[in-house]
Amino acid sequence: MKYIDEFRDGELAKNLAASIRAEVEPGRSYSFMEFCGGHTHAISRYGLSDLLPPTVRMVHGPGCPVCVLPIGRVDMAIDLALNHGVILCTYGDTLRIPASGGLSLMKAKARGGDIRMVYSTIDALQIARDNPLREVVFFAIGFETTTPPTAVAIQQAEAEGLKNFSVICCHVLTPSAISNILESPEVRQWGTVPLDGFIGPAHVSTVIGSRPYEFFAEEYRKPVVIAGFEPLDVMQAILMLVRQVNEGRAEVENEFSRAVSRDGNLKAQDRVAEVFELRREFEWRGLSVVPYSALKIRRQYAAFDAERKFKLDYRSVPDNKACDCGAILRGVKKPQDCKLFGTVCTPENPIGSCMVSSEGACAAHYSYGRYKDMH
Amino acid sequence: MAEIKRGYVRPLDLKQGRVDLTHGSGGRSMVQLITELFAKHLGNVYLGQGNDGAVLPAPTLGGRAGRLVMSTDCHVVSPLFFPGGDIGCLSVHGTINDVAVMGATPLYLAAGFVLEEGFPLADLARIVESMAHAAREAGVPVVTGDTKVVERGKGDGVFITTTGVGILPDGLELGGARARPGDAVIISGSLGDHGVAIMSKRENLSFDAPIESDTAALHGLIATMLAAGADLRCLRDPTRGGLAATLNEIAGQSGVGVMLHEKAIPVKPVVSAACEFLGLDPLYVANEGKLIAICAPADADRLLAAMRAHPLGREASRIGEVVVDDHHFVQLTTAFGGKRIVDWLAGDQLPRIC
Repeated sequence: MKYIDEFRDGELAKNLAASIRAEVEPGRSYSFMEFCGGHTHAISRYGLSDLLPPTVRMVHGPGCPVCVLPIGRVDMAIDLALNHGVILCTYGDTLRIPASGGLSLMKAKARGGDIRMVYSTIDALQIARDNPLREVVFFAIGFETTTPPTAVAIQQAEAEGLKNFSVICCHVLTPSAISNILESPEVRQWGTVPLDGFIGPAHVSTVIGSRPYEFFAEEYRKPVVIAGFEPLDVMQAILMLVRQVNEGRAEVENEFSRAVSRDGNLKAQDRVAEVFELRREFEWRGLSVVPYSALKIRRQYAAFDAERKFKLDYRSVPDNKACDCGAILRGVKKPQDCKLFGTVCTPENPIGSCMVSSEGACAAHYSYGRYKDMH
Repeated sequence: MAEIKRGYVRPLDLKQGRVDLTHGSGGRSMVQLITELFAKHLGNVYLGQGNDGAVLPAPTLGGRAGRLVMSTDCHVVSPLFFPGGDIGCLSVHGTINDVAVMGATPLYLAAGFVLEEGFPLADLARIVESMAHAAREAGVPVVTGDTKVVERGKGDGVFITTTGVGILPDGLELGGARARPGDAVIISGSLGDHGVAIMSKRENLSFDAPIESDTAALHGLIATMLAAGADLRCLRDPTRGGLAATLNEIAGQSGVGVMLHEKAIPVKPVVSAACEFLGLDPLYVANEGKLIAICAPADADRLLAAMRAHPLGREASRIGEVVVDDHHFVQLTTAFGGKRIVDWLAGDQLPRIC
């Protein structure tokens, strides 16, 4: 397949692996966080850690939109579907996130909620057009990649006068999450999570560009290499990070230059700015309440804000006490460190959100790598 | 199945007509539906007996008794018509394959229809014709059947259950518990065609992929394979859950592991492209005309040659081997050079967000 196979070439991977092995300095260990779930998935699916020397450790970051969505937000969507009779539309993975009372959107669907999986906001708009007598709510989640389509959908609904369409906005911001990790005591004070650099997001960066990461490189002296989601992208980025560390540099480098520019997609950024504004604070699963880390719908578009329209209140719900998702999302623990991993919490019956999406650190390790714990 | 005297009966309106509750209520409409649609297309000497059950001759194999193999399968596919087939031929192929992978020669089928009130008779006729065509082509007649009608909203157009009976020669033992470390794992052709063809027509997701379902009856291919004289341990058709589910089943039943080699697994470029943008893995996508064969390593080449000589096995490929593994994992060496598990599917394959 053109434009795909080139980035999955086993021979090139061997060469890159040899370069990484040759360039790591003896006696030194390297810890890099891949922020994005897309990278976590690629690392597991292609078995990348088998190709890396043992002194290079990849720490899984919180960049999986499903994993960081707190229970209270899913409860909101379930309440709308079960008690307000709306048609609730959302992206596939979201359906399985465990919520309060043993429910998930999938289970709420089985209880009679009209919950539909959509591939894009265009589908959600079409459902609203096709059902003029029903309220249609799009449960919008995701980082900067999925935010512009939500903005466009809201503007489109306004232009068409679609009065039965609204959005629960749960869009979150990558730079805030990175700051939160860098400011965490584990990284800053105690040093229990050694972090020598970041693999920067692929799709998110196509929208926001590489500029926002420059602050982290300068302020925290952490190298950032923005990389595509293909396995060779990840290998190349690791090599670039090793070189920066060896040379004492902390810069933003762009491995994904085929899609990411310094400024990003200005048109998309404009649309987002027209429709959304910063929330004062937002609860993240794993990172708890993070100030100015998410978006809400501007007053001008209040008619399309499901939280206002249906007077929904956010209620914070604590995670299962034994679940280590929080620590795993911050890189403090590995999935296999959690007592629930693979025993109580499995992909069929996820307790924590990291076990839900195949991008989640726990699900990726369970589905692709758990044999390593057993042999 | 009683015949109604022609003449005073207005024929079924196969252009504009729709299924209604009377078609399932045991009255004249029901008999008419059976006569003018089911019996007309599927008719054969056994179905024509018109009794509550078909009386069939006891099967023999070369004059010997053999054993009976029986299998049943419910078909609830959406959409009902898809590129390369429809629920009708699928319900014939699916059950024939389940009987045939046991090593048996499929002989007869039974078919049960659950129809939803309001379903267009024209569509039903297309489905039954397609079923009849598939049964004729396979040489396996539908010898008995049943029809029920449910109220509108309580079904999804048409559900079809088919049951198949076949005869298995004494001495031939195939089964999921017979895989041994060292055995070769062979697939008869490319993976994921059926699932992707179906998905390309789902109402919320139509995309133009020049891909057809691989739905086909495999008993001819299997007869060729058996004739090759290879030491076969197990045959299975990787339908729901795809290759991954089928191999995990076999690994569990036999108490072994499986090591696959990604590079050897045939996937059509259009299927891998569709899976790529939907965020799916072709190893988990359904097939309806493929089989997995596990055989003694020494016979693998001979078996492959026999399969490739058959039109349904032209792209057959040796994709891995059975290994010792107390945890019964199915693993894969990736084309990239790493290793990973090919696990059971958790729930449905849902598209990822990013």
